[in-house]
Amino acid sequence: MKTKMSNLKTQTRKNTLQLAYWTASWLVTTAIATFGPIFLWSDYKLLTFFAIIINLGAGVGVILANIRHLRGLDELQQKIHLNAMGIALGVGVIGGLSYSLLDTTNLIAGDAEISVLVMGISMAYLIAIVAGNRYYR
Amino acid sequence: MKNRLKVLRAEHNLTQAQLADILEVSRQTLIAIEKGKFDPSLPLAFRISRYFERQIEDIFHYEED
Repeated sequence: MKTKMSNLKTQTRKNTLQLAYWTASWLVTTAIATFGPIFLWSDYKLLTFFAIIINLGAGVGVILANIRHLRGLDELQQKIHLNAMGIALGVGVIGGLSYSLLDTTNLIAGDAEISVLVMGISMAYLIAIVAGNRYYR
Repeated sequence: MKNRLKVLRAEHNLTQAQLADILEVSRQTLIAIEKGKFDPSLPLAFRISRYFERQIEDIFHYEED
């Protein structure tokens, strides 16, 4: 039994590291796809296309690593993540639509940026994970 | 749902970490179950009952809100 739990801990650590690796890869390829056409290869569209394809591939890696990570958690940790995902989804849909309305009705200066929405979803997820862990400790 | 997990663990002279290892869950999960904050799944409830050699109903008591 001790060995089984040790295996569980080792597997969780391995899954977390894999998730971190894929997330870092996705982040780097996103930066390359975003800034490459501006600073590295000018307006060479084929390179930009390849950069986006590689970025998409890394994104698929993040999704698969995240699924593996979630499946490796125990049932309470999965519940905490599920609640957090529900809250993040709510913030994404409701908050995102309200943010878009603020833009279309010209109540905010400038255009609504997707990056703001991504940051909002990420913060909601992070706060919900912390709150969930505090509640169940 | 209330349970006698803490009592049974004490009777077997086990720490939370030891029992969590035996049941293959995190210590946080075991603490939450003992406090009644989290109801375990049926497979986990069976693992607990088998380890302590008790019926599930002897360990977990359902109470209507």
